[in-house]
Amino acid sequence: MNLRRLAAIVVKELRQLRRDRLTFAMIVGIPLLQLVLFGYAINMDVRGIDAAVLDQAGSARSREVVEEIGSSQVLELRYRLSTPQQLDSLLRQGKISAALVLPADFEARLERQDRPPLQLVVDGSDQSVQASARQLAAYPLPGWENRQAVEVVNLYNPQRLAPLNTVPGLIGVILTMTMVLFTAIALVRERERGNLEMLITTPLSPWELTLGKVLPFVGIGLLQVTVVLLVGRLLFEVPIRGSLLELYGASLLFIVASLALGVFLSTLAQTQFQAMQMAFFTFLPQILLSGFMFPFAGMPKAAQWIAELLPLTHFLRLARGIMLRSAGLLELWPEMLALLVFTVLMLSVAVMRVTKRLD
Amino acid sequence: MNDHELVIQARGLSKRFGQLTAVDRLDLGVRRAEVFGFLGPNGSGKSTTIRMLCGLLLPSAGEIEVLGCRIPRDAEALKRRIGYMTQRFSLYEDLSVLENLEFLATVQGLGKAAARQRIAELLERYWLADRRQQMAGTLSGGQKQRLALAGAVLHKPDLLLLDEPTSAVDPQSRREFWDSLFELADAGTTLLVSTHYMDEAERCTRLGILDAGRLVADGSPRELLDALPGHPLLIDCAQPRQAQRALQGSTAVLAMAQIGASLRVLVASADARERIEDALRAAGIAARIEDTQPNLEDVFVSVTRQPVPAAP
Ligand SMILES: Nc1ncnc2c1ncn2[C@@H]1O[C@H](COP(=O)(O)OP(=O)(O)O)[C@@H](O)[C@H]1O
Ligand SMILES: [Mg+2]
Repeated sequence: MNLRRLAAIVVKELRQLRRDRLTFAMIVGIPLLQLVLFGYAINMDVRGIDAAVLDQAGSARSREVVEEIGSSQVLELRYRLSTPQQLDSLLRQGKISAALVLPADFEARLERQDRPPLQLVVDGSDQSVQASARQLAAYPLPGWENRQAVEVVNLYNPQRLAPLNTVPGLIGVILTMTMVLFTAIALVRERERGNLEMLITTPLSPWELTLGKVLPFVGIGLLQVTVVLLVGRLLFEVPIRGSLLELYGASLLFIVASLALGVFLSTLAQTQFQAMQMAFFTFLPQILLSGFMFPFAGMPKAAQWIAELLPLTHFLRLARGIMLRSAGLLELWPEMLALLVFTVLMLSVAVMRVTKRLD
Repeated sequence: MNDHELVIQARGLSKRFGQLTAVDRLDLGVRRAEVFGFLGPNGSGKSTTIRMLCGLLLPSAGEIEVLGCRIPRDAEALKRRIGYMTQRFSLYEDLSVLENLEFLATVQGLGKAAARQRIAELLERYWLADRRQQMAGTLSGGQKQRLALAGAVLHKPDLLLLDEPTSAVDPQSRREFWDSLFELADAGTTLLVSTHYMDEAERCTRLGILDAGRLVADGSPRELLDALPGHPLLIDCAQPRQAQRALQGSTAVLAMAQIGASLRVLVASADARERIEDALRAAGIAARIEDTQPNLEDVFVSVTRQPVPAAP
């Protein structure tokens, strides 16, 4: 790896990019367009939301109610907790999306009928969970038929704003589109236009060429993140509750993962058109299965397994965690690890396929 | 380095693409400072051979040694010492002349000062100095070729491989381009140039003629002319097309081509002239037949011709 040669490729790439008006417009235009288009998203009811129970009453009556709600299958009661701190930590890590809380004075509230005896704490940063919470709120507790027995506490998105959920996901979707598509195209273009034949007979190594062509896109990716965050802030008042630095860190890892996918695709495609088709082939499952379009919890098990293989799924959890639940990267380490493994895997396959010959 | 040292040496070189044998057991030797012409019709395997020689394609069989490097084993080491000008313009059309050369200079490992000096020198030599800011894609055919040549010789390679460098260029530019090639050869660079123009072939110090992947002739233009297995006749008549039809299938004829109002016929033996006169008379065509000087085109058609079917 020779740094001067690498720099020469980067400079060349930036010059060409500057002259390619259409690509340049797309890099800024796509984020803006999507932000407006997806500003208001679809709600859907879900079943099997991962949840915990904090039964502070511990009476026969409270156990009976927990049993009944559990059998409705809207909540998948995975954890029995004893302190509110445990609940908090599970929610922040994303292990659960909702928690059913039965206060110590559960029986007394039932008697007095002044305050709702049940509380449902939900992760409002996931809008599919929000929708289901509304459904649960109508749970008919015996004797409370005419009034709402469940108080819903919307933890991270009290106003239930759609853009709040959409913007973090949108960062991922936009990065996927630009990073995979433009890198695959940029790399294949060299081959299609015949430049590669000339470059191969120079001392340039295939990795200098690949890295040099991909590096400018890291900058472009971070620029896009900034555009979406700023516009999300101005138009929809989307907050960043966690660390901005960690958000950029997670984005950087996701950018690298997507670039790796783009490099891999470029080794398969012979023409720019093929590269484009392949890129779209990878967008669809990512956008449909990652939890961006449709709620993750509502998908069949097989689809969820596939989704675990897609980088966007993990980035979505990272971005929502950091931006809306102020979770830290350390708490979300499994998602970071998944992205890292994906990147290493893609690059290894690509390394094996990038050769310095034409055939 | 000894003047007669072989710069390119290939033995039994073959390349198959699936069923198709693009290059078939080729033996090739090119000496230092030679201008070796690679002549052959389209699809005869010129580009494929050149690509194998510079390590771009893996041979299916055979051995290659270029500038003392075994290919493909030492292909990386070779890359610093050869220049390759592709058949298709392969510099960046959306970069300017200067940007293209600067890019290549860095990639070839020239230092900043050395690069600036070398680029200025080449822009001057190849009449591109006033075009330095122009996008390469907007240059004329001849200018593009000169830019590609400048890019290929930036690092002063010992060996230059050029694949049909003048196929999209007007005759005046072609002559100038060849003058540039001879300048390089005079300075000690070995050149291998593929072409299908006879006037260019005549200027080469040595020629290899390829047909359907096989090397069918190899020697200096003089040697090839002397070894021509017949001699050409020029038939002047009012109806050259009918004359051609009348001679079709005659065993005396090795090859024919209509040139303007006359018919150029390559014949095998001394008595062929009478047989042709007879054949024309039988067809009722009045013609004047005279001997003419053999040229490389005769060599070319005689070595690449399909066997003439025997008359019934
Ligand atoms: N990459 C390839 N795949 C399959 N066939 C090829 C490939 N490259 C060249 N050929 C075939 O090999 C033959 C020789 O081609 P080429 O070397 O380009 O001829 P020339 O340069 O003399 O015109 C042609 O029939 C061509 O179609
Ligand atoms: Mg060719």
